[in-house]
Amino acid sequence: MTRSLRGAAACVGLGMAGCGHAPGRSAMENLAESVHIALAEAGLRLADVDGVFAATAVHSMPAMSVAEYLGIKPTFSSGSNIGGASFQAHALNAALALEAGLCEVAIIAYGSNQRSAGGFTSISGPLPHEAAYKPRNPVTAYALAAARHMHDFGTTREHLAEVAVAARHWANLNPDAFAHGPLSIEDVLKARMICDPLGKLDCCLVTDGGAAMVMVRADRAKDHPKAPVYLLGAAMAHHHRMISAMPDLTVSAAAESGPRAFEMAGVGHRDIDLLMLYDAFTFNTILFLENLGFCAKGEGGPFVAGGRIAPGGELPVNTSGGGLSCVHPGMYGLYAMIEAVTQLRGQAGARQVEDARIALAHGNGGVLSSQVTTIWGRETAL
Amino acid sequence: MTEAENPGPEARFRAFLKEGKFMIQRSKSTGRHVFYPRVAAPGGGETDLEWVEASGEGTVYSTTVVRARPEKGGDFNVALIDLAEGPRMMSRVIDIEPTAVEIGMKVRARVGELDGAPQILFSPA
Repeated sequence: MTRSLRGAAACVGLGMAGCGHAPGRSAMENLAESVHIALAEAGLRLADVDGVFAATAVHSMPAMSVAEYLGIKPTFSSGSNIGGASFQAHALNAALALEAGLCEVAIIAYGSNQRSAGGFTSISGPLPHEAAYKPRNPVTAYALAAARHMHDFGTTREHLAEVAVAARHWANLNPDAFAHGPLSIEDVLKARMICDPLGKLDCCLVTDGGAAMVMVRADRAKDHPKAPVYLLGAAMAHHHRMISAMPDLTVSAAAESGPRAFEMAGVGHRDIDLLMLYDAFTFNTILFLENLGFCAKGEGGPFVAGGRIAPGGELPVNTSGGGLSCVHPGMYGLYAMIEAVTQLRGQAGARQVEDARIALAHGNGGVLSSQVTTIWGRETAL
Repeated sequence: MTEAENPGPEARFRAFLKEGKFMIQRSKSTGRHVFYPRVAAPGGGETDLEWVEASGEGTVYSTTVVRARPEKGGDFNVALIDLAEGPRMMSRVIDIEPTAVEIGMKVRARVGELDGAPQILFSPA
């Protein structure tokens, strides 16, 4: 029998640094500063850290690079890289390691300077049997999926644009978001086409940024200044690396990670007060709402219409402004979890979801490849 | 450079392409076709793979236009093609405006050339 990890570990510290435009700073500097902020928030010192979980788009052996830079000697580490969902997977792995006593204080960390350094960076491996055709990845891959969804279900570009507009409205309530200002459906539709049907405003931001999270075992979660936010459920799934190997472009592996995460958490869809869905592209939000069971397959487009996921709508989604309007330094997954925790702490300011008790933060990596669902809750949700 | 005595399936595939042939693998026991080339069938692990010539018949599973300025070569198509034999592959549909390629369109493969290397390309059937 498996032992449930429900509530076994909690987040007790968050940090972000260099988000947006931070010229003259390296990826590691943004990462390390985020770790220092997160540790200070948790009332911990570097010397307390014995678990290191990290992935970046510039380090092939990130756990070692991060530990060395910080000057810590971990008893357990993982630099597993499954793309943007790596950090949700790190949270799951950190909970495992903490619960097993392999480490006592785990940091999850990310850093990037891609905006200042000249644009999207990736250490993505070769894609045999695709590269010759010059897909402009990742956009091309997501465009192929969106096109198929539109063909099968009648999803429209207006539906996609609704997602971008909702994200911007949330960002306008978040002083830390990179993109502010009015944005209309028409603005999104008129933006320059990148890969049909995805235009420029269907694509995420390209920002700089570091991020960090501190996790400890539940038995010491209350020894820190901030109210702990517990990992209630987490699960991962992946089927493919290249978009040409994705079995069905309209169903990602989130359809498997989601139900398993819900099962571990012991909660249902109605218990979720807000969702953070990895929105590298507008289409992602629609697909993940379907795949995670918040609406029926094919109905994601009409579901997001009319501002349903925007501020004031019935389902708060990507309340920071998401990857589309808040921050997207290449790999976004950690930011989805940070916003979930911020909301559950009640520290989200003007964008605060009232009485937020349970939040879902879903990571996506590669080209709809890796899917990792995490569900977090306040102490009252345990 | 010495000739490999026992080239892997990837090298075999490329060698066939150079001869102008679009070859894919098929498991003798299950009859299932395999693409891209592998040392054993994905999932099942069957190692009884033989090379067979692809029919070249395919259907567009999804399609996009990669937008590029004229001075950078202009817009081009990238599509996912379901081969009649079952496997799916990425390719380009050519001999037609990139925006005119439609999901469900019947296409036919040929060995063409991209950047000086032989590649599988598709045209409307």
